[in-house]
Amino acid sequence: MDRDIELRVDREAHAVRVDTRTTLLDLLRDRLGNMSPKKGCDHGQCGACTVLVDGRRTLSCLLLAAQASDCEVTTAAGLAPGGEPHPVQQAFLDHDGYQCGYCTPGQICSGVGVLDEAARDEPSHVTEDLTARVALDREELKERMSGNLCRCGAHPGIIDALEEAARQ
Amino acid sequence: MKEFSYTRPDSAEAAVAAVAQDPDAVYLAGGTNLVDHLKLGITTPGSLVDVSRLALGDVEPTPDGGLRIGATARNSDLAAHPYVRRHFSLLARALLAGASGQIRNVATTAGNLLQRTRCGYFQDPDARCNKRRPGAGCAAQEGWTRYHAVLGTSEHCLAAHPSDMAVALAALDAVVVVQGREGERRVPLTHFHRLPDDRPDLETVLEHGELVTAVEVPPLPYADRSAYRKVRDRASYAFALVSVAAALDVRDGRVAGVRLALGGVGTVPWRASVAEEALVGGPATEEAYREALLAELAQASPREDNAFKIPMARSTAVSVLRQLTQAPPPAGRRDQP
Amino acid sequence: MTELSQPADRRASIGTAEPRHDGPAKVTGSAPYAFEHPAADPAYGHLVTSAVARGRITALHTDAARALPGVLAVLSHLAAPALADTSDAEFAVLQSDEVAFRGQIVALVVAEDAETAREAARLVGVEYEESTARTVLDPESDALYCPESVNGGHRSDTRDAAVEGLLSAADHLLDATYRTPMQHQAAMEPHTTTALWQENRGHPSLTLYDSTQNPHGVRRTLATVLGLPADAIRCVAHYVGGGFGSKGLPHANVVAAALAARAVPGRTVRLPLTRQQTFTLGGHRTPTVQRVRLGADEGGRIRAISHEAWEHTSRIKEFAEQTAAISRMMYTAEHRTTAHRLLPLDVPVPTWMRAPGEAPGSYALEVAVDELAELVGVDPIELRVRNEPPHDPETGKPWSSRRLVDCLREGAEWFGWDPHHAPRLRREGRWRVGHGVAAATYPGLYIPGTKAEIERLGDGRYAVRTGAVDLGTGAWTVLAQIAADALDCPLDRIALELGDTRLPRASVAGGSTGTACWGSAIVGAARAFRAEHGSDPRTGARTLAGPEEHPEREQYAIHSFGAHFVEVRIDADTGEVRVPRMRSVFSAGRIINPVTARSQFVGAMIMGVSAALHEENAVGHGGALATHDLAGYHVASHADVGDLRARWLEETDPAYTPIGARGIGEIGIVGAAAAVANATYDATGLRIRQLPLTPDHFLP
Repeated sequence: MDRDIELRVDREAHAVRVDTRTTLLDLLRDRLGNMSPKKGCDHGQCGACTVLVDGRRTLSCLLLAAQASDCEVTTAAGLAPGGEPHPVQQAFLDHDGYQCGYCTPGQICSGVGVLDEAARDEPSHVTEDLTARVALDREELKERMSGNLCRCGAHPGIIDALEEAARQ
Repeated sequence: MKEFSYTRPDSAEAAVAAVAQDPDAVYLAGGTNLVDHLKLGITTPGSLVDVSRLALGDVEPTPDGGLRIGATARNSDLAAHPYVRRHFSLLARALLAGASGQIRNVATTAGNLLQRTRCGYFQDPDARCNKRRPGAGCAAQEGWTRYHAVLGTSEHCLAAHPSDMAVALAALDAVVVVQGREGERRVPLTHFHRLPDDRPDLETVLEHGELVTAVEVPPLPYADRSAYRKVRDRASYAFALVSVAAALDVRDGRVAGVRLALGGVGTVPWRASVAEEALVGGPATEEAYREALLAELAQASPREDNAFKIPMARSTAVSVLRQLTQAPPPAGRRDQP
Repeated sequence: MTELSQPADRRASIGTAEPRHDGPAKVTGSAPYAFEHPAADPAYGHLVTSAVARGRITALHTDAARALPGVLAVLSHLAAPALADTSDAEFAVLQSDEVAFRGQIVALVVAEDAETAREAARLVGVEYEESTARTVLDPESDALYCPESVNGGHRSDTRDAAVEGLLSAADHLLDATYRTPMQHQAAMEPHTTTALWQENRGHPSLTLYDSTQNPHGVRRTLATVLGLPADAIRCVAHYVGGGFGSKGLPHANVVAAALAARAVPGRTVRLPLTRQQTFTLGGHRTPTVQRVRLGADEGGRIRAISHEAWEHTSRIKEFAEQTAAISRMMYTAEHRTTAHRLLPLDVPVPTWMRAPGEAPGSYALEVAVDELAELVGVDPIELRVRNEPPHDPETGKPWSSRRLVDCLREGAEWFGWDPHHAPRLRREGRWRVGHGVAAATYPGLYIPGTKAEIERLGDGRYAVRTGAVDLGTGAWTVLAQIAADALDCPLDRIALELGDTRLPRASVAGGSTGTACWGSAIVGAARAFRAEHGSDPRTGARTLAGPEEHPEREQYAIHSFGAHFVEVRIDADTGEVRVPRMRSVFSAGRIINPVTARSQFVGAMIMGVSAALHEENAVGHGGALATHDLAGYHVASHADVGDLRARWLEETDPAYTPIGARGIGEIGIVGAAAAVANATYDATGLRIRQLPLTPDHFLP
């Protein structure tokens, strides 16, 4: 069954008719040709498909496209308009925060979301005091990024990159 | 994934009407559990009724010092809510111990309560499972049961309830507000989930079409002396082997009040009422805690793969109670270094 | 042949911290992986896999699937073209009604879109006559056999009649049995193929965009299986989302993709495995049972070693991991017995996983050495120093370089190692704290046959072409650095082309051989190019060549070495194990690029710690995997990764190749799990002789 939806992807408006079964991830990849978010597990267990939906980091594999109607979706491709890397992307480049690159766009979108969540003072599992302001140290970054798996073992570089981005 | 219709009614009443009249319809909120199951082919609804944008997302203090949580409040928003952080840190801690930041951003309160087991056989459409197909048998009985329950099991099902949040809510005496076609009713959280017995497919007391609209949490005078501890196979982003939600009121060396619930070990969020009863009025000593947990866990029926959960639950719970006794962390502080 | 020397007149590219050339494409997500190659109006495939572990398909119902609008083809053994060569049963996809493991491909759907393909696959009904399956590795089984050889071309067994006598007469005898579980490579990109079958006047051709470590190998295998000439097949793999061995050899999914494409000629078909399917069809490492016996004299000198390994393999295809082979060369004992026994089971086909053999073998051997050190009463570093072999015990050849002791000593100082030989049972607050050490080694393997082409381009750059592939190792960058020095030109003059069978043949990206084997071919081609065309070649000047002769390689035993130092913290109440600190030192020859090398070393260390703490699978009695997704099969998350650091010794190994670099992709995982295990013993006094070291082992 089909449904007409409108949404914006990387600042571009789209009006599309989608199969109600289509996930946001498959809409982006199979229909809109935006291959930036990756399909690592398709079940919300790896984080490779992470995009920003209305600014919040979201697993696009677990969101039906129909649920994303009227939303603003940003992928890692959209973080670099005109090829100019986002500060988080530049930090990944500077700290070799990737190897095979498959989890990378998801790590980057997640990292952007983490910085924003911390700026909004959202706590995490390792936040020492829930009533104090959040300080985004290394342990906080690691916990908050744990929904993004990496099998190459780029974790130290990723956290180095986000530490630097958090300082900026 | 079978084809399904997708609608987004603009009121709870309309949503209830839509689902109640269609036996093949289900509610869709965050979708983090349902979409997973649609893809696995382990649930095949004909109609999805999206309630995620209904105005059911508010989180509010109640006049008596309790908390009212809207059904579609996102897990991350609930955990970040200043009132929850200050006065119900046990709940915030449990939420933050679950899933990942991305999932918490989307998953809702009601969806979390209704999330279904991670049993590998339930999730494998080619395996026998009484939850998916009543009467089909239970592959877990002879299977790999490291992540399965030891409490509340039956010969028909060993599947553990996966939620962290629900364990905290069980300890907090939360009440689930349910709307049906006939109006509203309130169900204590500890009676919301059903033990599997011979119908593991019936997981809650909800009738078809009933919609969870809110969760109410009464005030707990000693909520500032509470903790949630989760033990898992990796440091983050894993389901509990064992989790413990506890609040403890110690006066003059005796237990004046205690709330204790266990996760990862039960087929439902497990309120440890046997242990609580043993503890209240007794000495606030490690030995008493151990005895109380032994009494609670005497009901357990472990398998070879998950027998460790009994000593693990005992040891973890005793550890949490010990810490709450010795140096209760001030409101919002972590219970562990 | 001569060593590749540093260019005298300008800064060399080799050795510089060059950022990855593929970085900008990767951080934006624009680097195309196998699924992502542009295609007009692609179709989508979805596999149907068997629900039983052993048996026969008695009925197959495809009507409901075919009736679904948008379904283009449903293939099964009843309706699939016959393959030209089914001698390798892993590739005999849809050729018979026999089922050999749960999760085997039994049907295949091609549809207009992914949603329809998935639903059609769900609607395919399969009935089976199920036979009793055997899925459990039993080291007492009557069905165990000795394989003719084990992976890497090693002998299965090495026997020495003196061993038993020496063991029974030893002053100190360590006799222990260790177990490692079934493990998965779990690369983040599921195995995926985008395939296009075309017919041109009766001549079929096949284009594959595949997630592979070995494009030329895929082409060779598919040519055989499909009965096509090799030049009718093109395989492209510009970017691969990790492999770790699982994509080193083609698997059944690639054959399925070819069949899917053949069903809709002229139409591109995308066939990704689901994550669940990667656990069965994408490969795994066999579980092992390993008995290690070490007999030492009073001073701790090992006089005899016996290392026996029991493993499973699938009933339809043998894969024999060389688990015990590490004990043939690691320590000095003159008398050694090593043996491998395989049990064929109704399980999916095992295959390479990062450091096949060395990874599980080092776990057993290096824990055994730690145990022996306690028996002897010396620090485990000292015990290893006393057992340094002056030459390779197995071949008698001299080492090209053996700097294990340097690695141990430098690592000990860096880590702050306190010598000890018994568990210290230290406690800091809620944490029990321990330190552990283990050694690592990995052979300098060499796969011949790679060729490279150099061409002078019109813009003054040099095209450097070889069919190698970068799985995340850094080949896109490192090979350009080697080419720049070999051509004696600045790095920005190199236009590297990789990952396509239209390029000269290259060996597999595996066995930590890429830099050596592909790099040697590039050096050989560069030298031939300069000899042929001089230092100012005309545009279009072109040379195709392979590596120069390098006879020194055969005269030496060539191995990398390393030493891991680990701190663990174990929660006294819950048993949770953390690795907050790890320091590892490697001797791996010349380091071409410190940025990518560090990531390789540390990445493999993390995979080793992950194996130590988390990773476990098992095939249950009905053939179902205990875990089949990334929520159940735990790989290390960010929160599990402590402060892990790697260093390397400054050196070069010209005996191996003119580049002087030994491989670095695998050695970091070797010994890592043993170091963690040894640290848990120091913390608790509990010697857990199995992986993973989950919290239940350490409950109070």
